[in-house]
Amino acid sequence: MSNVSVDKATGATSPVAGRTSREPDTVAARVRRKLTSRVASVVAIIIAIVWTIPTFGLFVSSLRPEDEIKTTGWWKFFSNPSLTLDNYNEVVFGTSASSGRLASYFVNSLTITVPAVLFSVSLAAMAAYALSWLNFRGRDWIFIGVFTLQIVPLQMALIPLLQILGDYTDWAGGFFAVWFAHTCFGLPLGVFLLHNFMSELPAGLFEAARVDGAGPAMVFRRIVLPLITPALASLTIFQFLWIWNDLLVALVFTSGPETRPLTVRLAELAGTRGNDWQRLTSGAFVSMVIPIIVFLSLQRYFVRGLTAGGVKG
Amino acid sequence: MEYDFSEDVDKVWPALLFMGAFVAAVGGLLFVLDILPRWGKGKERLQMFGFLGPALVLLGIGLVYPLVRTVTLSFYNNSRGSFVGIDNYSWIVTNDETLIMLRNTLFWVVCVPLLATAFGLIYAVLVDKARGEGIAKSLIFMPMAISLVGATIIWKFVYAYREADQEQIGLLNQILVWFGMEPQQFLTSSPSNTFYMIVMMIWIQAGFAMVILSAAIKAIPSEIIEAARLDGANPWQMFWKVTMPSIRPAVVVVTITITIATLKVFDIVRTSTNGNFKSSVLAFEMYNQAFRLSDDPSGEGRGAALAVVLFLLVVPIVAYQVRQLRQRAEMR
Repeated sequence: MSNVSVDKATGATSPVAGRTSREPDTVAARVRRKLTSRVASVVAIIIAIVWTIPTFGLFVSSLRPEDEIKTTGWWKFFSNPSLTLDNYNEVVFGTSASSGRLASYFVNSLTITVPAVLFSVSLAAMAAYALSWLNFRGRDWIFIGVFTLQIVPLQMALIPLLQILGDYTDWAGGFFAVWFAHTCFGLPLGVFLLHNFMSELPAGLFEAARVDGAGPAMVFRRIVLPLITPALASLTIFQFLWIWNDLLVALVFTSGPETRPLTVRLAELAGTRGNDWQRLTSGAFVSMVIPIIVFLSLQRYFVRGLTAGGVKG
Repeated sequence: MEYDFSEDVDKVWPALLFMGAFVAAVGGLLFVLDILPRWGKGKERLQMFGFLGPALVLLGIGLVYPLVRTVTLSFYNNSRGSFVGIDNYSWIVTNDETLIMLRNTLFWVVCVPLLATAFGLIYAVLVDKARGEGIAKSLIFMPMAISLVGATIIWKFVYAYREADQEQIGLLNQILVWFGMEPQQFLTSSPSNTFYMIVMMIWIQAGFAMVILSAAIKAIPSEIIEAARLDGANPWQMFWKVTMPSIRPAVVVVTITITIATLKVFDIVRTSTNGNFKSSVLAFEMYNQAFRLSDDPSGEGRGAALAVVLFLLVVPIVAYQVRQLRQRAEMR
């Protein structure tokens, strides 16, 4: 099937080449091309629909009344539409023991994610600067070392790090351990990505600043940081989504409803209340709101972070 | 009852305080570095400590030391316990349950990279230069932005099961019923439940493959395509003789990246079945042994051994990828 659209793509770019090609542009050939491009579109649309339906079904369900979710399929909504925000209201603000109380977990997720991103991105930027523009012995070896750490699965660090951080579980309202873990785990990728960007900056820039009497710290603040803003944005978004969506690190380094993030709470609801679809459907969407907003508005940066950081985790 | 936000506000204060302290510390550090001797041989060493030191200390505590510690721990039964030699490793390859876990991991690692890359490639080729390409790509790519827990809930709802005499609420079972078949409990019967979870991972990773491969397809020089067209290549030849050879490096990188992500899959299994119904995989079992069954005196050691196995499986794949990337850099 993939062949057809190649035909279509090249046909679109070069009408001239189409006429001069050895294959005469007969009526039959044109009809065939039209047909194949239509087949390509149909296949693409089918894949797109199959990929979107699961999310769409969950979304429609999250807006249906509880008894309807539990007794009829979501597709029945279109013959008998009734909308409600009760599920969202209950799962976010409900105060009974079985309700989600997701508002509180939402705050936890933010309280975990924002500081952890700030810490790891700042420290990574400083380290990347030293590794790309300061001269000292062993610089390349340190860089290779940091680069290599990217491949260590974080499962390798969990048990000992929990033992180290076990004494600090009360710090900063219980968030210290999880910040620390996320900051450490985010560093190798961050240093690597920012180092790549920084080392591409023209050396003349640094010479000029030096001649004008600027020290390394001033060069870092005034020249490097403004120039690498796109890379910082990519890394920030990538880290933000990674930490916001993380389950494993949060399970190990947080405990109790005061600190656990949305992902842990949702996994809990899916386990113990697997048939409370009115809570699961709306709860899942509450957890997706921020990633989807970030994704839709900053897709370009996200893709860049992703291509550079494929091996993280 | 009204929802009370005051407790939630209270826990934000320590975070703000910590962030403030952090910003002040970094600012102070940069200030001190600015008044220290600046450039020149030897002096930059001091600057180096300032810029690189904090990150290196954290990497040491957070990754390097734990790495060494986990390797040693894998030869003990737990962190306070005694040396057991390779017992933890032989447990992995002899125990019935862990063998099933290894088999499941193999299913995952074979199916997900191949199928996700294939779907991503087909879709990237199909929508290339089509109308509405941006939206079409966003639809497939979006699962990549949401959490694996959220994605699993989406699919659990697709797989939802009701007795045959009731109305189905899960789409897949409804489709079975429409075709006159019995509804199934997709996630509870082994080994097929592993494949229903694999579908979730393919659904997520195909978007990643599509985005990278689409960029690679767009980077093919138009002269090559022109030349092939002038030579009268048909679409099929065009794909296999022009597109595929040009994007092969990207296909390798995508497949490898997805393989590594699949080896570490944890959230899907944990949220779908919690490892029950013989659906465990390597990364899940590691967590299970080390943290959930931590009352078991050998849990930590076994968890560490499983982590080491995961590590050893990842290393050669990454080494291969680095070699590929370097070869590509040399070709330029």
